[in-house]
Amino acid sequence: MFEYYLNLFISAVFIENIALAYFLGMCTFLAISKKIKAAAGLGVTVIVVLTITVPINNFIYIYFLKEGALEWAGLPNSNLEFVGLMCYIGIIAAVIQILEMFLDKFIPTLYNALGSFLPLITVNCAILGASLFMVERSYLFVESVVYGFGAGVGWALAILALAGIRERLKYADIPEGLQGLGITFITVGLMCFGFMSFGGIVL
Amino acid sequence: MNKNDTLLKTLFVGISVCLFCSIIISTAAVELRGLQQQNKLKDQQSKILSSAGLLTNKTSVSELFSSIEEKIINLETGEYEDSLDPNTFNGRLFESQDYSKDLTTSIVLSSKKVLTSKTRENFAKIYFYKEGGQIKAIVLPVRGLGLWGTLYGYLAIEPDLETIIGLEYHTHKETPGLGAEVDNPRWKSLWKGKKIYSQSGEVKISVIKGLVDPDSSEADYQIDGLSGATITSTGVSNMLSFWLGDLGYGKFLKKLKKELEEKEIFNV
Amino acid sequence: MSKTREVLLNPIFNDNPIALQILGICSALAVTSNLYVTLIMCVALTSVVSLSNLFVSIIRHHIPTNVRMIIQMTIVASLVILVDELLKAYDYESSKTLSVFVGLIITNCIVMGRAEGFAMQNSPWPSFLDGLGNGIGYSLILIIVATIREFFGSGSFFGYEILVLVQNGGWYPGNNFALLPLSSFFIIGVFIWLLRSWKTGQIEEPEYRIARNNLETKEVKPRI
Repeated sequence: MFEYYLNLFISAVFIENIALAYFLGMCTFLAISKKIKAAAGLGVTVIVVLTITVPINNFIYIYFLKEGALEWAGLPNSNLEFVGLMCYIGIIAAVIQILEMFLDKFIPTLYNALGSFLPLITVNCAILGASLFMVERSYLFVESVVYGFGAGVGWALAILALAGIRERLKYADIPEGLQGLGITFITVGLMCFGFMSFGGIVL
Repeated sequence: MNKNDTLLKTLFVGISVCLFCSIIISTAAVELRGLQQQNKLKDQQSKILSSAGLLTNKTSVSELFSSIEEKIINLETGEYEDSLDPNTFNGRLFESQDYSKDLTTSIVLSSKKVLTSKTRENFAKIYFYKEGGQIKAIVLPVRGLGLWGTLYGYLAIEPDLETIIGLEYHTHKETPGLGAEVDNPRWKSLWKGKKIYSQSGEVKISVIKGLVDPDSSEADYQIDGLSGATITSTGVSNMLSFWLGDLGYGKFLKKLKKELEEKEIFNV
Repeated sequence: MSKTREVLLNPIFNDNPIALQILGICSALAVTSNLYVTLIMCVALTSVVSLSNLFVSIIRHHIPTNVRMIIQMTIVASLVILVDELLKAYDYESSKTLSVFVGLIITNCIVMGRAEGFAMQNSPWPSFLDGLGNGIGYSLILIIVATIREFFGSGSFFGYEILVLVQNGGWYPGNNFALLPLSSFFIIGVFIWLLRSWKTGQIEEPEYRIARNNLETKEVKPRI
């Protein structure tokens, strides 16, 4: 059993890297990757938020939204999948808000480090995307925990790598128009190439 | 404090926005559900028809599909499973963990080369295309690992149970331009007329590397490889030998063959 | 009238959401392998962003500040679900290709960004136009990327075969690189380069660039 979850984790981190194989969460990925320190803070925040929201959304999906899921409430013919999007995003926004208040009150040091990133993450497609993939692949609860954590680690790894490259890149002599955003796009493109080599690995 | 920030106003605005939105969405969802399900069904049916080369522009999909008979079979015994209703049977459900972990409905496999799960379900829904009571084609759903994930498709075979009519994939994640060429009409047309089993009864059909030499004695069992997509090509080979072998539809096909032969002798 | 024009046209070249504001990039990459699907995506996004701007702007005086994000998101999410349902009902093929990316319009930063940044302060009509302009600015880049990718990747334009592919018995060996989603990174990169060579005001100054994005000194979190 442990082996199975390890496989799931590794494929979520490398083979199905949410940033470099599915291109999700690109806006923040490109905007907040100039400094390793900021990138690390954002990466950790994404890991935390994904590990919490994916399992919650999984729970909601299995017990409320899925076709026939409301059987326990005496409604065997229900199918609420169409409000899925709304629920997931609502849960994500709520979790982030609660997390923010919780950190502010109880762990101020962590809040100072992560606080400014939290509102940014609500509209990060990596977070919603992971929940949607979880539904699409019909993961069970424990799988969704592993997947959420793995997807977060994958995203954090990608942004750290990009920030490292960009810190070096600022000493490079880049054509004027390509400076900043332009060269970042091309760098990310090359990184995606690298991650493509994980394709076809069956664990 | 802003006048909007009172508890009452917050609750009021929140609830009314939610109420308004939910009415609109629910209406849309309920109104459109019929059309959506129809689309989904039509999409599936047209893939099944197209694997058997029956899809034409002249006749509508649902009309063509009316000559298709759906049957549930038990892969372990090779018999028809009449206790399950083909109309409500959902093959995809078996793949989700809760079903395939149940050993009364599945068997344990020794390797994970073809399926992502370690088990295989015991039931499958297959399709007979009949004309005037005579079977003209049999469509078998197949699935198996490619490069990026599982490919799902339909394999259509002739009533002699040895010759392929066509192979059509409906869902896959292969690399565009390389593995995704399984959707290329030219490549799909290569399958027609290929033989499945060797003289000794083993599954021999395979996708080879490079082009098939038409003069070779093996040409009937071989398909051109997809250039640049070795893993996808091997995946297709593996999946066919799995599903057409004893772990897949093999037992059923053998029984059906006997049945059809007896019928023929009887008719003569 | 010039104000209207400005609101509508500004986001297309001068303040392009993708090229300058780094917003809404995710979908730009994944859905651009053929022009038809791209166009559907553009229409979906443009209608969502302009309508959400319109509705948010209409009720802007009544939105309580502490729940404003949630309210905006509810409106956006409803519109997206509506678009998703319509697509599934009337264009099933495209909805299959777009899969989760229609749903991801909700988190497309352009939509929330415009609702928060423009519609909350302006009256309905300019807000609608602003949404439309941003939608078109986004569409412009997507369409350029998709045209390039479809032409070089599968030798066709809008599904019409122009260069006959080798796989179909022709002479043109399709550029597999252009078919991969990651090629859009390179295309957008080069597009930004060209745009900035034309509008030199958009060039990022290296020193300034480092200071501006230093998050430790810049507080982004709004405090109530």
